[in-house]
Amino acid sequence: MIAELGHFALVLAFGVALIQSTAPFFGARRDDARLMATATPAALTQFLLVGLSFAALVHAYIVSDFSLLNVVENSHSSKPLLYKITGVWGNHEGSMLLWVLILALFGALVAAFGTNLPDRLKALVLAVQGWISAAFLLFILTTSNPFARIDPPPLEGQDLNPVLQDIGLAIHPPLLYLGYVGCSIAFAFAVAALIEGRIDAAWARWARPWTLAAWMFLTVGIAMGSYWAYYELGWGGFWFWDPVENASLMPWMAATALLHSAVVMEKRDALKIWTVLLAILAFSLSLVGTFLVRSGVLTSVHAFASDPTRGIFILAILCVFIGGALTLFAMRAGTLAPGGVFAPISREGALVLNNIFISAALATVVIGTLYPLALQALTGTVISVGAPFFNLTFVPLVAPLLFLVPFGPLLAWKRGDLKAATERLMLAFGLAIAGAIVAAALGGMTSALALFGVWLGVWLIAGALSELAARIRLGGVPLGDSLRRAAGLPRSAFGTTLAHAGVGVTVLGVVVATTWSSEAIRSMKPGDSVDLSGYTVTLDGYARSAEENFDETRVQFSVRQGGALVATMTPTKRTFAERQATTTEVALKTTAFSQLYISLGDIAADGTTTVRLYWKPLVTLIWLGAVIMALGGLLSLSDRRLRVGAPRPARPRTNAVPAE
Amino acid sequence: MRIHERRGWASAVFLLATSLLLAPAYAVLPQEMLKNPALEARARVLSEELRCLVCQNQSIDDSEAPLAADLRVLLRQRLSAGDTDRQVLDFLAARYGEFILLRPRLNWHTALLWAAPPGVLLIGAVIAGIGYRRRRHAVPAPLTEAEEQAVRRLLSNDSPDIKES
Repeated sequence: MIAELGHFALVLAFGVALIQSTAPFFGARRDDARLMATATPAALTQFLLVGLSFAALVHAYIVSDFSLLNVVENSHSSKPLLYKITGVWGNHEGSMLLWVLILALFGALVAAFGTNLPDRLKALVLAVQGWISAAFLLFILTTSNPFARIDPPPLEGQDLNPVLQDIGLAIHPPLLYLGYVGCSIAFAFAVAALIEGRIDAAWARWARPWTLAAWMFLTVGIAMGSYWAYYELGWGGFWFWDPVENASLMPWMAATALLHSAVVMEKRDALKIWTVLLAILAFSLSLVGTFLVRSGVLTSVHAFASDPTRGIFILAILCVFIGGALTLFAMRAGTLAPGGVFAPISREGALVLNNIFISAALATVVIGTLYPLALQALTGTVISVGAPFFNLTFVPLVAPLLFLVPFGPLLAWKRGDLKAATERLMLAFGLAIAGAIVAAALGGMTSALALFGVWLGVWLIAGALSELAARIRLGGVPLGDSLRRAAGLPRSAFGTTLAHAGVGVTVLGVVVATTWSSEAIRSMKPGDSVDLSGYTVTLDGYARSAEENFDETRVQFSVRQGGALVATMTPTKRTFAERQATTTEVALKTTAFSQLYISLGDIAADGTTTVRLYWKPLVTLIWLGAVIMALGGLLSLSDRRLRVGAPRPARPRTNAVPAE
Repeated sequence: MRIHERRGWASAVFLLATSLLLAPAYAVLPQEMLKNPALEARARVLSEELRCLVCQNQSIDDSEAPLAADLRVLLRQRLSAGDTDRQVLDFLAARYGEFILLRPRLNWHTALLWAAPPGVLLIGAVIAGIGYRRRRHAVPAPLTEAEEQAVRRLLSNDSPDIKES
C-alpha cells in the first residue's frame, strides 16, 4: 500500500513538474505575474511529492518489503539497519530517485530562498528546473520504476553487494548527487538568462552561490569516493582514472572554471561567453556522466547493470538539453554585449588563463574517457585509455596552472603589476624551496619531478597565505592594525585563501604519498615479522566470529617501533553467505597525516597469510586538502555580499522631524 | 565500486584451525615476485601499463583475477628471458590485442587522442588572443548629445558638484 502511495506520488510529481515547466515560462514571456507566481508553489509541491515517494521506498527497505522487485534485488532482512537505508541508493532505480529528489530539493530551495531574484528570472529558472525534473521523472516512471512489484514475493532478498555495505558508500552518492544536481541550477540560470536575453553582472552574482554549493558538494563527494577506494580496495590507490571517476571529475573541473569565470563577470562584466558556456557545460557533463554510468556502454566496476532502453532514453535527454541549450546560446550570443576591457597582465587575464588551462585539462579527460567508445563505435578497433595516458597528459597541463595560481589574486583588476606581485611572492617561493629540500632530506633524493611536486604544493599554500598577508599589510603596519584589517575582510577573501591552500595540501599529499611510499608483500605465519620504514610488524594470530550477515576472520598484528609496542592492527576478511562474496577490510594506523596500511590476501590452509604492508607518508593530506577546499567554499558562501539582491525602494520615513 | 564477488565458485567451510578460504588473491603474490630486484621493479612498472582483460577496468597489478595472475607470470618470464620493456609490451599486444595496453600506442587510430591535450590548449590560447586583439581594437559607441555635454561640463571644472551629471 505504501509502495503504491509512493508510486502515485511520483506520478503526481511528474504532473506538477509539467505545470512547473510551462506555466511560469509563459508567465515570463507575457509578463503575467500570476502565472509566474505558480513557480514557487509548484517547486515546493514537487519536492514534497518526490520526498514522499522517496520516503515510501526507504520504508520498503527498512521493513524489507520483498514484494518490491527493487528491494529483493538489493536488500536482505539480516542487513544492519544503516545499510538497509543506504542500500536504497546502492542500485540504479533507487539512486535515480535520489537524483530526482535532490533536483526537486534544489528547485524548492531556489523557490524558498531566491527572494532576492527578480520575478522573471526566478520564474524562468524554476521553469527550466521543471523541464529537467519532468524529463527524469518520465525516465524513472517508464524505464526505472523502483516500485515495480514481484509476484509471488520471495522469502528473502539477494542482499546488497557487500562492497557497498560501508559507511563511505553511504555518504559518497548523496554528496555527489548534491553536486551533480547543483550544477543543474547553474544550467537553469544560464538558460533562463539566455531566454530572457539579459546576462550581466547581477546575474553572475545571483548564480554564484548555487554554483559554489554544487562545487563544494562535488569536492567532498569526490574526496569521499577516493578515500573509500583507498581503504576498501586493498592496495592503497586513491585514483584510478576509471571512466566513472572521470565522470565526476569532469563536472567538478567545469564548475571550478565556472566559479572563477563568474567572479570576473560579477566584478567586471567580462568573460560572459565563457561563463555561460561553462554553466551549460558543467551540467552537460553531469548528464554525460549519468549516461555513461547507467547505459552499459562502459566497462567499469562503477557501472550499474546495463539496459539499452535506459541508455537510449538518457541519451535522448542529453541531446535535448545540451543541444537545446547550445542552440539557444548560438541564437542569443549576439545580445551578449562585450564587457570591460582589460590588459593581458591583470586578474581578468589570469582568470582567462585559468579558464584555458582548465578547459584543456577538462578536454583531455573528456576525450580520454570517451575516445575508446567513439573509436569502437566508428571503426571497431578496441583500445584502452588508462591511467598511464592521463598521468602523461593531465599532469603537464595542470602543473603550469598550479604554478600561476598564487599570482592571480595578487594582480589588480584591469591592469595588474606583475613585478609587485612577484615581489610579494618571494617569501612563498623561498618557503617552497625549503619544503622541497626538507622532502629530499627526509625521503631521499628521488626524481626531480617529485621534488618539483613538493615545491608546487608548498608554493600553493604559502602563496595563498602571502596574498592574505598582503591584504592585511602584515609586517608593514602594526600587528593590531593588521588584525583589524583581517577582521574587516569579507569572508570570501578567507574563502579564496583556504580554497587555494587546500589545493596545495592535496598536491602535497598526492606527490609525497606516491613518491615516498614503501611496500612489503610477504607470506606470513603467526610469529613472522616484517620491517618497514622503521616499524616492525608481527603477525600475532587469528580470530573468527559470526556477525549479522557475514562471518569474519580477524588477523592481529602488533606494530613496534624501536622495540616498543605502538599499535595493534587488525585487518579482517568477511564472507557474506548470501552473495558468496568475500571482502577484505584493511587496518589503518594514522600518525600525523601518514598511514601504516595492512591488507590481507589469501589465507592458506596451513595458516599462512599473504600480507600487503604499506607505509604511506602524508597520504591523509590528499583528502584533508579537499575538505579544506570545501571549507573555503563554505566560507565564501556565507559571505554577506552574496545575499545582496535586487534593490527595493526605501521605506518612507513616517515621522520626519524638521531640522531645527 | 569494485565488485570483488566471484559468482559460481565454491565457498569455504569455516573451521577454526584448518580452513581453506578461497578468497580473492590480491595482485603480485610473494611467490610470483622475481628474485632480481631490478627485474621485479621493472615488472611492477610494466604491470601498471597492462590491462586485466577480464576485469572491469583494472591493471594486472591491481587485479585478483586468475588471468591477471597468468599475465603477471608471463610478463616476468619475458623479462627474465631478456626482453626490453618495449619488446614485452609489443609481445603482449601482439597476443591479446591493443586493448591490453593501458597507454594507447601512437598511431593513426590514436592521433586525435594524443593531439587533443596540446591541441585544445593551443586553440584556447588562440581564441583568447583573438578575443584580446578584437577588444583592443574595439571602438566604443559614440556618445549621445547629452553625454557629450556632461563630459564637457566635467572636464571644464566649471561646476564642482559632480552629483548633477
